[in-house]
Amino acid sequence: MSDTTPLLDVSGLTKHFPIRGGFPFPRTIGAVQAVDGLDFQVATGESLGLVGESGCGKSTTGRLITRLLEPTAGKISYRGQDITHAGRKRLAPIRSEIQMIFQDPYASLNPRQTVGKIIAGPMEINDINPAGGREKRVRELLEIVGLNPEHYNRFPHEFSGGQRQRIGVARALALEPKLIVADEPVSALDVSIQAQVVNLLQKVQQELGIAFVFIAHDLAVVRHFSQRVAVMYLGKIVEIADRDDLYGNPRHPYTRALLSAVPEATADETPARERIRLVGDVPSPISPPSGCRFRTRCWKATDKCASEAPPLVQVEGNKPGHLTACHYPETAETVPSPRLAKDPEAAA
Amino acid sequence: MTPPTPSAAAPLEVTDASVETSPLPSTPKGSDSRSPGRLAWTRFKRDRTGVISAYIVIFFIVIAVAAPLIAKLYGKDPYTTYASQNPDLLNAFSYPAGPNGGMSSQFWFGIEPQLGRDVFTFLLYAIRNSLGIAAAAAILTTVLGVLIGVTAGYLGGKVDYLVGRVIDILLSFPSTLFFIAFMPVVFGFFVAPDDDIPTSLRAISLIIVLSFFGWSSIARLLRGQVLGLREREFIEAAKITGASPMRIVFKELLPNLWTPIIIQFTLLLPLFVTSEAGLSFLGVGMIDPTPDWGVMIARGAQFYTEDFTFMLFPGLSMVIFVLAFNLLGDSVRDALDPKSKR
Repeated sequence: MSDTTPLLDVSGLTKHFPIRGGFPFPRTIGAVQAVDGLDFQVATGESLGLVGESGCGKSTTGRLITRLLEPTAGKISYRGQDITHAGRKRLAPIRSEIQMIFQDPYASLNPRQTVGKIIAGPMEINDINPAGGREKRVRELLEIVGLNPEHYNRFPHEFSGGQRQRIGVARALALEPKLIVADEPVSALDVSIQAQVVNLLQKVQQELGIAFVFIAHDLAVVRHFSQRVAVMYLGKIVEIADRDDLYGNPRHPYTRALLSAVPEATADETPARERIRLVGDVPSPISPPSGCRFRTRCWKATDKCASEAPPLVQVEGNKPGHLTACHYPETAETVPSPRLAKDPEAAA
Repeated sequence: MTPPTPSAAAPLEVTDASVETSPLPSTPKGSDSRSPGRLAWTRFKRDRTGVISAYIVIFFIVIAVAAPLIAKLYGKDPYTTYASQNPDLLNAFSYPAGPNGGMSSQFWFGIEPQLGRDVFTFLLYAIRNSLGIAAAAAILTTVLGVLIGVTAGYLGGKVDYLVGRVIDILLSFPSTLFFIAFMPVVFGFFVAPDDDIPTSLRAISLIIVLSFFGWSSIARLLRGQVLGLREREFIEAAKITGASPMRIVFKELLPNLWTPIIIQFTLLLPLFVTSEAGLSFLGVGMIDPTPDWGVMIARGAQFYTEDFTFMLFPGLSMVIFVLAFNLLGDSVRDALDPKSKR
């Protein structure tokens, strides 16, 4: 996908949160392996979707890229520049190029600051003085995100959730970033508002050419927004592919299970789509299963899955850029679809 | 001295003029907005107890500040023993000769038994001194507590652990006992054992001792608040834009901490007024020639069976002040933090 230097290059990214315990002298007795060896790239202007169920390390990944968290291992390069362990001073010039949109619009805005101050804050910190003054720029930004520029002096509590999220978008845009990490930007919003905000983000992405790492658990939203999608499970990427490839030809059993769980509005006549029910819970990230992490819930796990972790590679039958981490990748035939099974009876 | 008037209680509101013109909570239109501080001010003004208490507190503060002026207009001072100039004021047993503790048009609140000082000016200066010491101690305590609490909460880790243990130790002290025990120790720092202790040193020592044992509860409260706030997403948002720790503390955290700080301050000040008076009553704070609420009550306690009036004025004024200030503190908390339960 990206032959030249990608905008963001992540390799082997790992974050383990130590668990301390013991009495009377606390020591590290374990680690939550929130993110364990991620590799992916984001090209300029591209939108990468990051999906997976709760607790699989999506948000941790977002916070690692924006360097809110210190990676345990691995490497993060931004435009070929290693920022894995860069301090605040060294990060300063890059800070303005990587911004973030947060999940909870009620927690992400300082309740004691006016909207104008919130959006002007990033410019103030980075000493940016746009032509015509910061206030004019803030009004412009408010207009871009579809808010009334007259609301400059209002406080966050006077806005609705969707409007607040627009303020969050305006703040992220204030520094004219090249990359925005959006951490479940719409999951806290009403469904009717979600579409508006997603459309706003899409407009921003297309018009300003900003690359996105779009973290979500809603596959429909990701499909709408992202050109490329990575599926995470228990701190690892199990499959990464172009959008249409992933949704049309999922190779990892987990991806297939996720896709089958998307609710779909269908007319009564059309036969019900095959639904794969995953049994059990996600294993604890403190002691993840050996080998393939999905094997405890996979219907075709074998001894090989327990002993050998499958690498994230382009398995047979994949298009270029479609990587899957599975020993027994799915094909159209591997899962007996109930629809297919029923067909002969219907014919009879 | 910055007395906690209601305008200090709601720090973010700049002027109340526009609120007064629109007393009804109307939806903001156009570009005018209602800041959290202004909303609190509107809520406070609706609380009748709070407003009355505020007026009483302001009245006391005005008296304290204007004591020299009032004494000058009144024409007396708290040190002169008027009975030695005019022996008729006291009877043969050195109690006020007139009825009701010698209250008259000349001596509004009567005169003191034995020495024959003027009760009115003595009380004025007593309020002035006691309030001044308590306010200074409350401000110092709040500043110390905020600094230490915010630092511990924001830095976390070892600093937090260390500060936490110090706070635990300080809170486990029986404070009244330690006030009494530590006052001579503090005097010993500054003055040789045989020398006289100057009045200013007594006041400073009281402030030091009250603050030293007082900061821990505020620090603990603010540490908890900061721990909760620093994981909030708006702090992360500030970090992502490259904000320095100083900016995060002063621009992002502190504005959100004004509510607990103000509430703590308004509850701390009356506590310190009573503590200071208590110490002076016990003889380890201010001592006799200096006018002080505690000193006055201690003097009154010597004579109350014969001359109840002398005890009545300092006692009653102190009860009114402490009660009003505590009610004000409650109202301020209700206004700033309407979700908190009583």
